[in-house]
Amino acid sequence: MSVDPEAILKRLQEALPGAAIVLRTNPSPSGQHSLLVAGANLIEICRFLRDTPDLAFDFLSNVTGVDWPDPAKADKAAVPAAGEGTPASEGFLEVLYHLYSISRRVGPLVLRARTQDRGDNAKIPSVVSVFRSAEFQEREIFDLYGVEFTGHPDLRRILMWDEYVDHPMRKDYVAPDDYEYEPTPHAAVLDQAQRHYPGTP
Amino acid sequence: MAIDSKLAEDLKSQGVHVTSFESLINWGRSSSLWPLQFGLACCAIEMIAATMAKYDMARFGAEVFRPSPRQADLMIVAGTVTKKMAPQVVRLYNQMAEPKYVIAMGACAISGGPFKEGYNVLKGIDRFIPVDVVIPGCPPRPEALLEGLLTLRAKIAKEKLLGKHRARHADPDGTAAYPVPEFGAHDLEPTANRDIWNPPSVVREAEGGEA
Amino acid sequence: MISDPATSHPAAVLEPGADDDQLLRVSLGPQHPSTHGVFRMNVVLDGETVVSLKPVFGYLHRNHEKIAEGTSYLGSMPYTDRLDYICPLSNNWAYAHAVEKLAGIEVPERAEYMRVIVAELTRLINHTAFAGFILGDMGAWGSALMYAFRERELILDLFEDLTGARMMANFMRFGGCRNDLPAGWAAKVGKLVDDYGPFLDEMEKFLVGNEILLARTRDVGALPKEVLVNGGITGPMLRAAGVNYDIRKVEPYGIYERFNFRIPLGETGDCYDRIMIRFLEMRESLKILRQALDQLPDGPFINPKAKLRNFKPPPGEAYARIEGPKGELGFHLISDGSTNPYRYRVRPPSFINLTLLEDMCLGLDLADVVIILGSVDIVLGEVDR
Repeated sequence: MSVDPEAILKRLQEALPGAAIVLRTNPSPSGQHSLLVAGANLIEICRFLRDTPDLAFDFLSNVTGVDWPDPAKADKAAVPAAGEGTPASEGFLEVLYHLYSISRRVGPLVLRARTQDRGDNAKIPSVVSVFRSAEFQEREIFDLYGVEFTGHPDLRRILMWDEYVDHPMRKDYVAPDDYEYEPTPHAAVLDQAQRHYPGTP
Repeated sequence: MAIDSKLAEDLKSQGVHVTSFESLINWGRSSSLWPLQFGLACCAIEMIAATMAKYDMARFGAEVFRPSPRQADLMIVAGTVTKKMAPQVVRLYNQMAEPKYVIAMGACAISGGPFKEGYNVLKGIDRFIPVDVVIPGCPPRPEALLEGLLTLRAKIAKEKLLGKHRARHADPDGTAAYPVPEFGAHDLEPTANRDIWNPPSVVREAEGGEA
Repeated sequence: MISDPATSHPAAVLEPGADDDQLLRVSLGPQHPSTHGVFRMNVVLDGETVVSLKPVFGYLHRNHEKIAEGTSYLGSMPYTDRLDYICPLSNNWAYAHAVEKLAGIEVPERAEYMRVIVAELTRLINHTAFAGFILGDMGAWGSALMYAFRERELILDLFEDLTGARMMANFMRFGGCRNDLPAGWAAKVGKLVDDYGPFLDEMEKFLVGNEILLARTRDVGALPKEVLVNGGITGPMLRAAGVNYDIRKVEPYGIYERFNFRIPLGETGDCYDRIMIRFLEMRESLKILRQALDQLPDGPFINPKAKLRNFKPPPGEAYARIEGPKGELGFHLISDGSTNPYRYRVRPPSFINLTLLEDMCLGLDLADVVIILGSVDIVLGEVDR
């Protein structure tokens, strides 16, 4: 029922020798370890996983975007494999793919791809040519995180309006200050309340 | 009314009803409100349940849900109004013909509800269009919606059609259309219609008791 | 055999924006009687035939994922009710399942049975409401909906007895359920299960041979199996095309492997199959409910060691999914060891099932678009989150 990512890693390393793939263990009891792949190899890895008859990962279930402004946190949440190079010094955006095989009834196989930074180089190749189900999900990550998926047939905003410029799911997004009266402000709302009504206790 | 109530009852027992044009028109208008088929989110399901056999809104005259705003006179804003949807809501309101009423059903339509922190959530539809009745709840039960409808009917029955305090729809200078917000780079522009909504101005007393 | 299911299906026949002024551009929605909520489709028509269809989302984007990053794990549970607001209790279970996987929390047996009973009742209300709505799309206006909601109200009364709320139940907790079954509740559910069969017979009698239904739904909106799998389609839409994939059988969660039930499969995957498969699924749900009620044991309704206040799961991530009434509902959680999730992602079946909407509608009439959208069975709370 569940996949063995180490075995899949070996198959991938045999089939695609130049590809940079690292196994990342997941410390939680769920045991869902993932394969960190380089963006440049992503499409050929997906195609190999889909088209090899005894792997047959034909179903991309979920594409998640994550914002890691602090790379050390990313490594704490998913322990790096032994021998991996020094972690990135600046933040990055990450996209996770959950693959299942409907014909063989196994899954999930988790792939992760990271961007170089959170600015101009936030690009990852789009897997729409391999898995059609990524179409809207990649658009959503583009809209909310700002990851540009190169090769996507129709990359535009999907949930927010076209004139919007922010990427709201990023950790450093600040919502416009639209404060209204609250009778019992607390936490973040208390800061806003004190700014608007200086006498707030 | 300018007639003695005992005399009115006496006449009624003889089969003669005395009323005023205002009461008659308001009675007709309130007993046959045509809502706009306009469900946004979860409250819409309770609104549909209120029209179904168990709670039956038809007995209050509001059974005819019209798909087109040109033919409706009540807009039940049921569900969260997002900033992306807000211009459409205001446009629909503008397309309705006077007299028109708005019920804000559910916490989200009143003030943003549980999603108030959201970057895409409009904190209450009363920022852009005038609301007549609010029904709190998340979602309010169908009985609460019926109570809201009855409150609206009572409000309509008290409307004046002549004189200084007449209702907006009876006033030739009254506004029937409100400005539609535009999509800005970070938020709607304007964030609220300042003519009909302003955040409450609260002066909190500091520790020393000064105003 | 399809060469490449991702790209083999024909793209739009004509590029919208071409200067053929015989084309009609129609914007269906966001306020429209048949769009099942605030959903918009920009359709380009050549006469009555659809040439291109671009859906527009986001009119109900309520920032659930961002709010969840600022809320504790348990604080997000009421928000999951509002995702797919026609089946709130399934969403609760999917989220509780994901957190239990993330933190390794066990669920006692009685709680598992309670969850199954509540989830299958939710499947009944979802499919019943679907039957009402799809017939409304076909022009039966409110008639079928009246029958559907009559039964739905009976189940909502049961939910109100159990959880205190008709719709937004907020019933599951990490490690079990919020409260135990009230006295006599199981007997009431048993009675409902016995009476539900005749209601399904009555509805099927109206629908199965109905010539209007057959004319409008036969051979409408079918796609090959490989294209559906590649497009991420799950749930009754996938099984109507004949793909035998139900998470309750493939990757059983809870105690589903103890129940004896079949998975109905369709033949062609057109809208008629999608409607009828839901009726068959309702009958299988009744079987599961009967077995669950018979086997219901005593015991705690929540793990006695479950920690709800100040709940901090260990760092890591988990992706868990359930077979919701609309398809595969998954939650992907990344924890950094604090009280709030670092990343909270909902895998929404309705949103992903709409990926192939344009493919299904190309070349058909505008009236068929409404039927196809109805047969996908979307709920905007889940599509836009």
